[in-house]
Amino acid sequence: MTDIDKAPAGPLLDPEEARRLRAERLESVGKWFLPLAIMAFAILMWDRIVVWNEIPKYILPRPGVVLETLWNDAGLLFSSLLVTLRITFLGLLLAVVGGVGLAVLFAQSKWVEMSFFPFAIVLQVTPIVAIFPLINIYVDNQTAKLLLCAWIVAFFPILSNTTLGLNSVDRNLRDLFKLNGATHWQQLRYLRLPAAMPYFLGGLKIAGGLSLIGAVVAEFVAGAAGQSSGLASRIIEAGYRLNAPRLFAALFLISLTGIVIFLVLTLVSHLMLRSWHESALKQER
Amino acid sequence: MLTLRSVGKTFSNGVVALRDVDLDIREGDFVSLLGPSGCGKSTALRLIAGLGTPTAGVLDWRGAGFSGRGNIGFVFQEPTLLPWANVFDNVWLPLKLRGVSRRAAEPAIREMLDRVHLTGFEKAVPRELSGGMKMRVSIARGLVTKPKILLMDEPFAALDEITRFKLNNDLLELWQDERFTVVFVTHSVFESVFLSTRIVVMAARPGRIHSEIAVDAPYPRDEAFRTSVEYAALCRQASQVLVDAMHLAPGDPYDGH
Repeated sequence: MTDIDKAPAGPLLDPEEARRLRAERLESVGKWFLPLAIMAFAILMWDRIVVWNEIPKYILPRPGVVLETLWNDAGLLFSSLLVTLRITFLGLLLAVVGGVGLAVLFAQSKWVEMSFFPFAIVLQVTPIVAIFPLINIYVDNQTAKLLLCAWIVAFFPILSNTTLGLNSVDRNLRDLFKLNGATHWQQLRYLRLPAAMPYFLGGLKIAGGLSLIGAVVAEFVAGAAGQSSGLASRIIEAGYRLNAPRLFAALFLISLTGIVIFLVLTLVSHLMLRSWHESALKQER
Repeated sequence: MLTLRSVGKTFSNGVVALRDVDLDIREGDFVSLLGPSGCGKSTALRLIAGLGTPTAGVLDWRGAGFSGRGNIGFVFQEPTLLPWANVFDNVWLPLKLRGVSRRAAEPAIREMLDRVHLTGFEKAVPRELSGGMKMRVSIARGLVTKPKILLMDEPFAALDEITRFKLNNDLLELWQDERFTVVFVTHSVFESVFLSTRIVVMAARPGRIHSEIAVDAPYPRDEAFRTSVEYAALCRQASQVLVDAMHLAPGDPYDGH
């Protein structure tokens, strides 16, 4: 028996492992603390700059004033938020249905994909603001107009990711299905769709944010004509009236919504993939 | 049960993968296709499976007792499991594709899992399993439909030697109980001698059959056989033939690899 064997209970770590453990602990605290501290500092500086330079609140309101406005105008702002959210989610839903539907259609044959994919790209690369006047002419229904915009912006990442996923099936697994006499439909349902799931969820995460952007942009263009009641029109309105606090409050709500959408979709993705996909697994040393 | 006559396969890029392959596979045989890489042994297996069509010659399934390719078990070099499905569902897959419900398939699946010593792992997903266990699932899946013929494409090549020995033993046990026919592709002399009734040695460029070795050692073969003088002699014989086959390859002198 040497002295080392009689070391006190608990893990005895060599300097390297101890250093690593310290670094890990520091990182787990810093991961949350650092961004929050920087954010708090930025808000503080914002407040100080306004006070020091005596900037009037119709140019740049203090953060406290924005918060106050958020509280005072809550009724108006949140009802507008609901309008925007409705368009965002319906747009996202349609993007999922349309994106996955088209991807499955494309997956039926290389020829279909080669023939129709360019259209999807054209739709994607043309700025939605530039298309909107046309949509405005062709579509009467206000909601349909906005939905179409949100859909055009959001469906592409879902389509392209899902198409990629459907075509990324392990070759041996394909052979296995063939050997067991799988029908086209069985192959799609039991092999290609599950295999495309991680790709689809990646696309969904992007589409969630884009759908919000699409909805807000559409409201902006429509709102300029005084036809919308979403958050974007609140922003335009506040801009006309030099009501900067409300403008900031509305902006804050939009950002917050985008963040929440992203977090929710990330959680959904994690829950669906955690049992099997590499992306959802904890890294092991 | 299966006869290959003058079978050849030329790929569209001009590579001659197989030329003039004559092979008889009898019911209950354990045939190993042994050869260097590029000798077309995997191609031959894929042709037998129906995953490709021969450019020349015929595959004759007459006397197979069933209509050719209706029921073939196939085990790939990789375990090739559905990563999102658990062990039970992975083994169920071939039956599911034949329209057998989960409930109806359950006894067969449980029996198969028991045979490959995986009882208790039904709910595990592939990533939780070791390489050897994944391969066991793959074998269970290959056999769950009770195929008359099991095709295996270097199934144990990626496993460590200890695991490979174990799986060799288990595979032989299964084979002796059920007496399905096996065509086993390998580049390991030792593995082919340990397992097979016959070894078909192949040569490369173009892929063709060089010769055949009958392995007359009786079954059951176990660890005692693995260390026996007889086994060593058979391995030496097979190695010699393999060296011959590799010397034969034109423009590709045997360089010890």
